[in-house]
Order: sequence, then structure tokens, then C-alpha cells
Amino acid sequence: MTSSQVWQLLISGLTIGGIYALIALGFSLIYNATNAINFAQGEFVMLGGMITAASSSAWDIPLWLAAVFAVVVTTLVGLLLDRAAIRPARNAGIVVVIIITIGASIFIRGLASIIWGPDERPVAAFSGDMPIRLWGGAIAPQSLWVLGTTLVIAVAMYVIFEYTIVGKAMRACAVNPHAARLCGIEMSRMITWSFVLAASIGAIAGIVLAPITMTQYTVGIMLGLKGFCAAVLGGLGSGLGGIAGGLILGVLESLGAGLISSQYKDAIAFIILIVMLLVRPRGIFGKPGGEW
Amino acid sequence: MAAETVPEPDEHAEVRATARRRRAENIQLLCFFVLVALIPIFVRNPFHLHILIFIGLNLMLTVGLNLLMGYAGQVSLGHAAFYGLGAYTSGILTATYGWNPWLGMLAGLVLTCIVAWLVGKPTLHLKGHYLAMATLGVGIIVHVVFRQWTPVTGGSAGLTEIPSMTLFGYEITSRMHVQYYYFVWAWVALTMVLCANLVVSRPGRALRALHDSELAAQTLGIATSRYKVRVFVLTAAFASIAGTLYAHSSMRFLSPTPFDFHTSIALLVMVVLGGAGTLWGPVLGTLTVTALHEVLRPYTNWDIVIYGLILMVLMIAMPGGLSRAFGSIWGWITRLAGRGERDDT
Amino acid sequence: MSRTVLQVEGLTKSFGGLKAVQDVGFEVREGQIKALIGPNGAGKTTIFNAITNVLRADAGSVLFDDRELLGLASHQIAKLGIARTFQTTRLFDHMTVLENVMVGRHIRGHTNMLTAALRIFGAGAEEREARNVAMQTLEQAGLAHLAARHGAELPIGQRRLVEVARALASGPKLLLMDEPAAGLNMRETEQMGEIINDIRDGGVTVLLVEHDMSLVMEISDEILVLDRGAVIAEGPPSEVRADERVLAAYLGQEVSD
Repeated sequence: MTSSQVWQLLISGLTIGGIYALIALGFSLIYNATNAINFAQGEFVMLGGMITAASSSAWDIPLWLAAVFAVVVTTLVGLLLDRAAIRPARNAGIVVVIIITIGASIFIRGLASIIWGPDERPVAAFSGDMPIRLWGGAIAPQSLWVLGTTLVIAVAMYVIFEYTIVGKAMRACAVNPHAARLCGIEMSRMITWSFVLAASIGAIAGIVLAPITMTQYTVGIMLGLKGFCAAVLGGLGSGLGGIAGGLILGVLESLGAGLISSQYKDAIAFIILIVMLLVRPRGIFGKPGGEW
Repeated sequence: MAAETVPEPDEHAEVRATARRRRAENIQLLCFFVLVALIPIFVRNPFHLHILIFIGLNLMLTVGLNLLMGYAGQVSLGHAAFYGLGAYTSGILTATYGWNPWLGMLAGLVLTCIVAWLVGKPTLHLKGHYLAMATLGVGIIVHVVFRQWTPVTGGSAGLTEIPSMTLFGYEITSRMHVQYYYFVWAWVALTMVLCANLVVSRPGRALRALHDSELAAQTLGIATSRYKVRVFVLTAAFASIAGTLYAHSSMRFLSPTPFDFHTSIALLVMVVLGGAGTLWGPVLGTLTVTALHEVLRPYTNWDIVIYGLILMVLMIAMPGGLSRAFGSIWGWITRLAGRGERDDT
Repeated sequence: MSRTVLQVEGLTKSFGGLKAVQDVGFEVREGQIKALIGPNGAGKTTIFNAITNVLRADAGSVLFDDRELLGLASHQIAKLGIARTFQTTRLFDHMTVLENVMVGRHIRGHTNMLTAALRIFGAGAEEREARNVAMQTLEQAGLAHLAARHGAELPIGQRRLVEVARALASGPKLLLMDEPAAGLNMRETEQMGEIINDIRDGGVTVLLVEHDMSLVMEISDEILVLDRGAVIAEGPPSEVRADERVLAAYLGQEVSD
């Protein structure tokens, strides 16, 4: 294996890792607000890609408009999921909330298969397919889009959580829900915000990924599960951890598939998950003794 | 302790009520199994019997999972892997190496218990739902191995020509489903009786206690992590046996699909939908989910949409599960009836 | 003088930079009712948690019947004969009161998962025995009428009594009670005082943490006063009441309150 091939693996690993990172952020946002795992997180990613692909081809609108449309619709789906399904079951316990998100993911996936059919759909790369030569290797422009988007969202999240009232309130809820309530922070509004943010970030991840892998109504399942691995790897509930976990997972998966065995590619992320749970269960950046 | 004892009309009335409830549960179980035994008299269609056998296998899984989740409060997202380990171990050893299926079952059991112990031991002494994360990972890894280790498992094409189960020299997996129906449901009955016994015993109370307060349980002398690991391994063992029974059913064929992540999730759904932590929860949940799938099957594509929707609605309306909802409706009816009687006198 | 049941020496525990308990030593003699008092944050509950190894102590020694407890797991300590109650009651809310007390019998039983599931090797007999003993315990505590109620349904006063009954059902030599009167009204507090006296008369040594001074003064044989993690006074109630350092610690507390 030549060094340029390894470079290629590294680039594609970082690219998919950026996607995992964004999905992990979604898991952590909702986990911090509800203590539950949102099994519909992967479907937000699927919706982002599918709506972009379908609306740009069906209505012949520019890609950026289709993308904006996809983010808006997916965010509304997230909002609706919270209002219609999560909020009524708020006092029912974590496992019940998880089952509801499982129901939601099945529902969303099913609707997607009816609306768009089972075919894989392409989305045009944002700035062409001409690889950019960089340090002796090549990198697809779309990879730069993915990594740039991950960076922008990471910075945006940092700004939101450090400098805005809503962000600070959400952090307070994650640290100590009881005390936050005493300070007049309304828990259910924070949960709504977490779903809105998680859905929009998920949609964006799906949109920037779609030109690389194509998109299909089933893509949300594996992406969601691997994003979850990334979140646990970095420390569930930690934003920085999610980003780091995603990138590390992507690179290890890509190198493992390229250098060891491509057959077992889908198992690599989960082997890393298990190893992490055995060695350092709280994740790279996780708080010790965190529930879930 | 001489607290001012208010004289009660009959101090043990409450205890007797509890004992009566337990007797009622035993009678319910008995009636259920009598009903199960009578079913083949009316149901002769092999396809229907096949579904009933499949329900029985799922029940072995959900009854165990209920013990783990409902009573001990631990979540497994990878139970299909243990089901698959039981199926594939026995399937491979019998089909490829000519072992006796009973030995295959034993080998599957041993392997499953070792895997479960290796997963449970390090994660269950931690606070939090680390078992859920680890089992999610193990479930997917095991499924990938079933699919990719083609020389041994047959890969996606599957493992074929798995021999029948034998009992005292008789082949019980014949084209007649009736024998296998009774054979599987005997296992189901055994599983249910064992679990029902367990929850009202010293170790069963220890499991429920650690679910409510691990700290209090420990200070009362309960080795909580040891109990959690044991119950987890026990439920994995039930799943493994169910897997072996699946492998030697009339299909004589194994493919990786029934043992994937979706099955693990479906099992979880059955337990919670039926009512985790109740005797009849897994039964109601398994029957409801299986029935939903069968009823919705003709509505291609719409079936999973409707299923997802029903799942959400049911969980929002009945977060305690079907068995508790039925229980409170029943209580309401008897109270109404009781009030009626009192009015008469 | 009766023999020493519990001997604590040099017990130290800090949380981050905060020294919650610093070089604390004391002993509890058989048949005593001993109280740990002190202002909030004095380290009383931390001492309980260290004795039962709910929290691992940084340094020191805890001898119970001449056996070192530090390093043992909570469940092993319980088996040696130490039971405890909690400041915020920790009943098993989804179990009945009777079942709660039966869990208290856990260390007296032998049935394991296999024998329980198969109902072999005397599992049934042990179950009946556990139920009878638990019922007796409830009767003695005047709680028999609550046997079938669930933990979650009970008001705080009854929760405390059930928790005490549950701890006693294990047949302990030493009972640690963490603020047994917290949340109780005056009548209930008085009743709790009588119960604690009865427990001692039944042969169980009692170590308690309590804020209700009149209760402490009335029932304790000996009082240990802590302030900011250190012992500032020890002795019978009459002496402690007159100790100036104690008064200062408490007055300071009241002013800051």
C-alpha cells in the first residue's frame, strides 16, 4: 500500500468522520436534554439528503434552494416529533421515550420509502468533481465541503452554548435539571430546542454527504448507529467529544477497511465502541459517572 | 419496637391478599398453557402453526428480556445476537460437523453464556446504561460475522440442510408442525414458569430492589453487580436455546437476517409495549407485535408506516404497557361492579 | 464498661479540594445509642458513607468487631452485621412494604437464581420463613396494615419507619441511622425516639446522625460533635450541651442561617 493510498483512506475517513461527528452532536444534544437516545437521529440525516435530491430533481430548483428547503422541512419534522410524540410522554421514563423514537424512525423511514421509492438518488457535488491536488494526494471538493461544514457547525454550536441565553440554559439543564428548573428554565422548551437543533444539524449532514455516497431511504439506520458510536466514543453529551469521536471513528473505520478487511467494515465502528466501553466507558471527553 | 399498635381487624388480610394474587397468577398461567395445548386441535394450517411456533420462540426471548429490563432495570439492545449464537452454533455443528442437535444446543449455550458474561461483567458494574451501548455493538458485530464469515456460516446465502431435532430417537422436526409446536411451547412454558418463580424469590427481589435503589440494595447485603451479570447471562441463555430451536425448525435453514439489529429492537418493543416488569407483559407485547405484522402484511409499504404510528400512539397512551392498561381497566370494571353490588344490599 | 463494637481511627475523605472529613476517630460501644451531630457540612453523612463504603475513604481505619471494613464492598459490610437507613429515604418504591422488609432478610437467605427458579433445595421453605419474619418485624413496628402497600404510596413518616424495619429485618448488630427524624412532625419524632430506644433495648447498637437536638439529647448515651470535618467534642449529653466550642459552632451556624 502506497502512502498516497493511505492518504486517500485518511481523507475519506475524515470526510465520513465529519458526518459521524455531526450526527453525534445530534445525539448528545437530545441526550443532554432528555437523557434518552433518539433513535430517529439517523432519519434526520436521511431526510436531509432525500429531500434535497428529490426537490432539486423534481422542481428543477437550484441545489442551494433545495438544501435550504430540506433543512427547513427536516427541522419542522424534528419540532413535530417533539411536540406530538416526545412531549406527551415526558413523564413516562427513558425507555418509553426511546421506544417512541424507534417508532418515529420506523414511521419516517416508511413514509420516505412510499414517497421516494427504494431507488438510490444522486445529488450533484456542490462545486464539481474535479479533485484538488494537495500534498501529493487528491481530495474531492465535496470532502472539503463536508469538513468545512463540520467546522462551521462546531464553531456555531460553541458560540450558541457559550454566548446565548438559550445555549446556556440548555447547558444548565444538562448539568442539573432540578436546579435549572428552580432558576425558571422551562425544561420542555429546552427539549424542543434540542430536537430542533439536532434535526437541522442532522439534515445538513445528510445534504453534504449525499453527493459522495448517493442517498436512499435506508441510509439513516447505519449512519445513525455509527453516529451513536461516535457520541459514546467521545463521551455522550459532550459536544467536543462528539466531534473528536466522529473524526477518530471515521479515520479508524476507513483505515481498518482499507488496510485490514473491507468485509468487516461495518463492524469496525462497533468494535471500537466495545473497546472504548471496556477501557474508558465515559468516553474521551465524557464526565465521569454519567447516567446512560 | 413497641410503636403504638392500632389494632387491626385482621392484620394478615393484606398478606393473604398478596398470596391470593399470586395464586391467581398461577391459575392464569395454567389456563394459558391449557389454551396453548388445545390450539392445534383447531389450528391445522401449517402456516398458522409456523407463526405460532415463531411466537413461542419470540416469547422465550421476551420473557427473558422482561426479567432483565422490567425487573432488573437493565437494557439489552443486542439480544438477537444471543438468539443467533444459539442458532448458528448448533446449526453449524450439526450441519457441517454432524453433531447431535442436543449437543449443538449445549455448545451454543456455553458460547452464548461466555459472550454474555464477557460483555456484562465489565459494563454492569458501572452506573448507567453501559450494557445497552455494549450490547448494541455486540449485536451488530455478531450479525456482521454471520453475514461475512461465509466459509463457516454460509454468509448471506445462508446455512442449509440443518438436521432435525430428535427426542428419544424420534425426529420431531417433521413436515408435521404439530410435534414441533408442542416441543417449542414446552420450552416456552419452562421459561415462563422459571421466570415467574424467580421474580417472587430472594434473588428476584434482589433484582427488583437494585432496580429501584442500587445503593440501598447494596447496603442490605445484595451484591448488585453480580446479580446483574447473572440475570443478563441467564436471559442470554434463554435466547440461545430459542435460537437452537429456531435452527432446527422445519425450515432447516439459517440466514443472518432474523438475528440483526432490527430483531433486537423489535424484542425491546415487545417487552415495553406489553408492559415491562409484569407477568403478562411479554406475552401481550409479543402477540400484539406479531399480530400487527401479520395484519399489516397485505398493505405493502404502508405496513411499516402504520406500525411505526401505532407504536408511537400506544406508547404515548399507555406508557406502562398493555398489561398495566388492561389491569387498570379491569380494576375499574371490578370496582364499578363492586359498587353496584354494595348498592343492592 | 461494655466492649467496643465500632472503632474509627484517622478517617479522612476529601472531595476535590474540600476536606469533608479530616482525621476523625471515635468508638461506639455495644448497646450504646451514640449520636453524631454538627452543623451542615460537618461531615456526618460522609462518615456513614465511608463506614458502609458507599464512598471510599482516603485514609484511616474502621474496625467492626475487630475486622477492618475499609476495602470491603458495601454488601460484604452488610453481611457482617451493619445496617443503615438514609437521610432521603431509599425504599424500593415499586415493591410492597412487605417485600421491602423481605429484602432486608436477604443476607439471611441462601436461595440463588437456579434454586429459586426451580423451587428446589428448600427455596419454598426459605421464602415462607422470610415472609413470616418480615411480617413479624412489621407487626412489631406497627406497620402490618401497610404490608401490601407500595413504597411509593407512603408518606415520609411511614417511609422512615419502613426503612428502619427493613434494616432491622437483617438482624444487624449495629444500626446506622441517617437523620431518622428529618421530615417528621413532633409526634412522629417522639415516636421515632421510642423506637430507637426499643431497638437498643433489643440488643442492637445504634449510631445516628440527627439535627433534632431535643431528640438527640433525650435518647443518646454519648454524643460526638463534628465541625468542618473534625471532632470538636465528645461525651454524654450533659457535657456536650455545656461545651463552649459546641455552642460556638452552632451559634455560628445559626447566625449564618
